[in-house]
Amino acid sequence: MEETRIKKNPADFSVEPNMTSYEVTYNSFEWENVAKEFEGLPSGGLNIAHEAIDRHANGPLADKTALIWLGENGEERTFTFSQMKKESARFANVLKTLGFEKGERVYTLSTRLPELYIGAMGILKNGSVMCPLFSQFGPEPILQRMQRGDARGLLTTQRLYEKKIAPQMDKLPELRTILLIDAEEDMNEKVLSLPRLMEKASDMFEIVPTEPEDMSLLHFTSGTTGMPKGVIHVHKAMYTHWVTGAYVLDLHPDDMYWCTADPGWVTGTSYGIIAPWLHGVTNIVNEAEFDAERWYGVLQDYKVSVWYTAPTAIRRLMRLDIDPLESYDLSHLRLVQSVGEPLNPEAVVWGVEKLKMPIHDNWWQTETGGIMIANYISEDVKPGSMGRPLPGIVAAVVRQNGDGTVTEITEPGKDGDLALKPGWPSMFRGYLHNDEKYKKSFVDGWYISGDLAYKDEDDYFWFVGRADDIIKTSGHMVGPFEVESALMEHPAVAEVGVIGKPDPLIGQIVKAFVSLKSGYEPNEKLKRELIGFGRKKLGAAVAPKEIEFQENLPKTRSGKIMRRLLKARELGLPEGDTSTLEK
Amino acid sequence: MTNEEIKAKIVEQIYEIAPEHEGETIPETENIQRSLEIDSFDFLNLLTGLNEELGVEVPESDYGEVDTLEHMTDYFAKRMT
Repeated sequence: MEETRIKKNPADFSVEPNMTSYEVTYNSFEWENVAKEFEGLPSGGLNIAHEAIDRHANGPLADKTALIWLGENGEERTFTFSQMKKESARFANVLKTLGFEKGERVYTLSTRLPELYIGAMGILKNGSVMCPLFSQFGPEPILQRMQRGDARGLLTTQRLYEKKIAPQMDKLPELRTILLIDAEEDMNEKVLSLPRLMEKASDMFEIVPTEPEDMSLLHFTSGTTGMPKGVIHVHKAMYTHWVTGAYVLDLHPDDMYWCTADPGWVTGTSYGIIAPWLHGVTNIVNEAEFDAERWYGVLQDYKVSVWYTAPTAIRRLMRLDIDPLESYDLSHLRLVQSVGEPLNPEAVVWGVEKLKMPIHDNWWQTETGGIMIANYISEDVKPGSMGRPLPGIVAAVVRQNGDGTVTEITEPGKDGDLALKPGWPSMFRGYLHNDEKYKKSFVDGWYISGDLAYKDEDDYFWFVGRADDIIKTSGHMVGPFEVESALMEHPAVAEVGVIGKPDPLIGQIVKAFVSLKSGYEPNEKLKRELIGFGRKKLGAAVAPKEIEFQENLPKTRSGKIMRRLLKARELGLPEGDTSTLEK
Repeated sequence: MTNEEIKAKIVEQIYEIAPEHEGETIPETENIQRSLEIDSFDFLNLLTGLNEELGVEVPESDYGEVDTLEHMTDYFAKRMT
């Protein structure tokens, strides 16, 4: 194996890293010691919003900027910790007045507006559970997730409401209230103007006492054989957010921090909202989607020092024909972290050449709640590797023996399931309404991640692939079953198999293989119709970008479509074991 | 090619990438990605398709100048004369 290693010399750093020696910290780390980083609620208990906002607002950081919001059209709004405390208190009072109770799920469906961030904190203050949806989801994924998570409230915008919620209100009878961020007046008794309610609400709120194990967030993640699952997280997850904020993001009080992830996904909540604020750090939110020049402009103008972004964005920047350090003043930037899908070695090295620092890859999942394996600012980087386990995390490569036991693979370079020892604070506490599935995630004392990896002789982990058919596109997980189910609703479709087709820019694109019912002709017109049909139902983030007609799809004798075979054929790879293939 | 013809080509290409909008009037001055809910991959495909149709390549650094239908039309018009 060719070994490249990007050496670090922390003595040259302008800021001393929080973790100067990985080995020392890893070997001495205890989760219990993290408790002292938090204040706790005055009446006892633990609440993320208190530790992220109110604690700072009540102390020396009251007038420090908590949020800098950059609007799509060039507007800028800033909020201090004190202002965030008041605004989120108003939001919590709105929820309380409307009768929202502890544990009830309040969904968010919005582009990155300040009210989304205020709402997140307000929901948690009220003891309710925040359940984020991605604003680019189509009506179908939204409905699935709202029904499965028992949505009682929704924070959204007029446009998104009218387009994606209003047409299917009859399917959401339990949904009591919708708060519209940008409506001056109520639409009806259920659909209310948020500004009007906020204006009347008090800016004082006593946080509803929550315990460390109370549910805080519910994120949905895609399944391979079924519909999306609600992943339960608790307030104590902030222990992991704090530790990763310190050791992986290396947050220091004077940092300007920008996480480009959308709060519709777990990175956007754990690291786009919670982690920086737990550290009292100024958090930059950019409403606009990727635009290379604009993004470099934000890094420069807001003196960003720690940047958490995604491989797709890095690869887009690599396409730009400029030398960023000549065109922009990026002298404040001292750390770039990336997550979403494995970062290709070329992108890591591009960072060294163009930004004078490697891009640091890390690995985690919705289920893990926070970063689990990472490259650290003080440690050498091996391009292409996800790095080493976070202090407090025991990770291993294991082989499942099929009898309920697993064997740890200690031999370097040998593939297996990437597994974690359960018990870290941000570990998911369940799949909502699906205990059986949750239990199946743990085998013989290990959480089996579903990713395949190997470990090298220096204990660095390397991603190999997924153990299942889940698709990773633009850093987002897409479940093939959800896509197949939507396409099956089209009258022309007899069968569908959906796979991830490798793409150099966004990792994988969603591709559907379709066989048609008799009487339908495979042609370009129908293909276009199906693409449009999928997009309308699922939204651009989930719908197939490519459709291919096939007369028959490969199936097992029991009639299950063999996605693995579709994928092997697409890639021109050996078909592997086809003994179960229907002849 | 006149501005109207260029615009028609763009709209045609939008329908190709996002057929769910087929036949709709595309707003002139709104952010295309936002108002049509096309993601950045779709947007790249849109520009690739237009490059094939109109022979003008939009470099990544100019993406900010082609954010709306109006801006995109102007951008291509300037480079096609």
